Amino acid sequence: MRFTKLKAAALATATSALTVLSSAANAVEIEYWQYFFDARVAAMEQLIENFQAANPDITVTMTHFPYADYRTKVAAAIPAGEGPDVVQLFYGWLNDYKAAELIQPLPAGDFPADAIDAEFFPMVSAMREGDSYWALPTAVRSLALFYNERLFEEAGIDGPPETLDEMLEIGATLTERDGAGNITQAGLTMGMNAQDHHWFREGLVRQFGGEPYLDDYKTVNYNTEAGQKAMEFYIGLGEEGGIGAIGFMDEPQAAFKAGRAGMHIDGSFRIGSLNKTRGLKWGVTELPANADGVRSNYSSYWVNAITTKAEGEKYDAAVKFMQYITSDEAMQIWLDVVGELPAKPSVGLTEENANNETFGPFIRGLAYANTTKFVNESAQRQLLIDAVERVKLQGASIADSLAEAAAAEQKLLDDFYASN
Amino acid sequence: MYKNLSIAQKHIVWAWAFLALPVVFYVVIRFYPTANAMLISFQDWNLLGSRTWAGMENYQKLWNDPVFWQVFRNTFVYLILGTPISLVLSFVVAYHLDKTRFMHGTIRMLYFLPFMTSAVAMAWVWRWFYQPVPIGLFNNWLAQFGIPQIEFLRSTTNALPAILAPAVWAGLGFQIIIFMAGLRAIPQSYYEAARIDGVSKWSVLFEITIPLLKPTIVFLVVFSSIGFLRIFDQVFNMTTGDPGGPLNSTKPLVLQIYQSAFTDFDMGYAAAQTVVLFLILLVVSLLQLYLLRDR
Repeated sequence: MRFTKLKAAALATATSALTVLSSAANAVEIEYWQYFFDARVAAMEQLIENFQAANPDITVTMTHFPYADYRTKVAAAIPAGEGPDVVQLFYGWLNDYKAAELIQPLPAGDFPADAIDAEFFPMVSAMREGDSYWALPTAVRSLALFYNERLFEEAGIDGPPETLDEMLEIGATLTERDGAGNITQAGLTMGMNAQDHHWFREGLVRQFGGEPYLDDYKTVNYNTEAGQKAMEFYIGLGEEGGIGAIGFMDEPQAAFKAGRAGMHIDGSFRIGSLNKTRGLKWGVTELPANADGVRSNYSSYWVNAITTKAEGEKYDAAVKFMQYITSDEAMQIWLDVVGELPAKPSVGLTEENANNETFGPFIRGLAYANTTKFVNESAQRQLLIDAVERVKLQGASIADSLAEAAAAEQKLLDDFYASN
Repeated sequence: MYKNLSIAQKHIVWAWAFLALPVVFYVVIRFYPTANAMLISFQDWNLLGSRTWAGMENYQKLWNDPVFWQVFRNTFVYLILGTPISLVLSFVVAYHLDKTRFMHGTIRMLYFLPFMTSAVAMAWVWRWFYQPVPIGLFNNWLAQFGIPQIEFLRSTTNALPAILAPAVWAGLGFQIIIFMAGLRAIPQSYYEAARIDGVSKWSVLFEITIPLLKPTIVFLVVFSSIGFLRIFDQVFNMTTGDPGGPLNSTKPLVLQIYQSAFTDFDMGYAAAQTVVLFLILLVVSLLQLYLLRDR
């Protein structure tokens, strides 16, 4: 980043002399901020280049920060009139950004809400308020089941599981234990601290006939018979005679990368790092369906929004830039470079993308995905981690433990919506 | 004007000129943020919006928060176990090392090495030691001898001692060096006099060595107490994924503060806890200085 800035500075100095002579081409410069992640930065550089080629009078400067500093920097910069004109944020932060007046709604003329509803995958509608959208994603993420092809082959299993029952069967074949009964190879990785809490909320609870939340995610509803059954199923996976163990090889993805686990549920963002793992031959398939063939998935996304700092010609330029980065072309680039899924069916569900060996299962998952409206994702995740630990480590009953988690989560939601 | 000052006054001017830098540093870097944190503890702030007045709300929330009390207890367990264990261990090592000539420098260096190692790197190595089979070092040993494996980190009872162990080990080197300096500072003539009088080894230890080490002990008790009350790196790095251990069994106050501030974005609540930590540190330090003072 520093290097490009230096180059830019050098270029600016060199060209400034010319600019004085010529009658200033009247270029607008806008700033774009995102958090630092190699592939995302590379993809955005490509998008900016394309955008600038099409709009020679607009220059876009990208700045990125480590994820940990992101919020602080954004919060400090925008009220001071510095910082981004277009900013990237996690969908779960929208309320905070709105309340703090850091972002402004997208102009209804250029971003007609009804057209967006029709064009984007349905979970994006969480960004709509009244007749306007506040923010839009370039890409979305969903979950799928990764499997280790080599282990499958060795065990003589011909394909990945289609249903939960098949998953249990295959998992049992793949699970290996030492003399003392300790797992040395897991059928399925486990850990609410990874993606399993999403799989539980939006996957299992629904597949066991429940509805995890009511009232637009303002009421917790997994403390029901369906929720208990889902939790029983999940905890059963790690019991004696199960197909995995919580804490096996420290982290679920570590166990899978090391080739010590047959199956692993994770997000599309894991593809890149799995590709870099030497010696790992993996495949991916949709999350298993229940006995009735019902599938359910979780999806999340990062959105882009125009900040309150953008005014006048910068605002116009920001609108144009927003239009470009939410276009079909941008989504395809994002998929190719970052591996994140297009936010519109028109791009995602093309013959080529939907049947892609790697991205296909994730993209097909979007069709039946739900997006949990978290108010504090890490705190809500912690509640489910604790719910499992109470059962596993303290011998609490599943019903009591789940009820405690649900009550605590409801309080979290109530507190949040009372003050926002 | 400077010319008209007396020499004594000129000294004062120069003294202040040199003191100006630390004074500015302390005011800007220390006192201002401290005062600001105390102010925030009475406010509501999520880092993004404006700060609104909340009165005692954050402190009430803290009083009624079971997690806060759990964390409070954990913090004191770290202190109550950590400080005496590390002091006794380091004294025993220093006492014997002081008498050893064989490879003295090498042994001293070996004890000091962990102190120089990055706490983060160390925490991750120990985290690996503690894993269950098939990767954990300790559990693989146990498995080889047919002993059932022990859950070190994924246990509500074992996790805290398991995290404390590397923290004690890491601080040992520093304490040994300080103890050895203290031991060297005791005049040999006392020992010679004791030897002439035929005093027993234990009497020498309890009547001469330990009493004369008192300033060293005071320093180390205060220093290591503050260290254990502020324990963070080891816990944070050994329990990422389930921060603070299963059911908060290892979470210290500082980690709780960090989470309130930077994952919950509840700066007011974080600041209120920080004020409590500040008061604890103040009271513990003053109490120790009082108890161990020179009479």
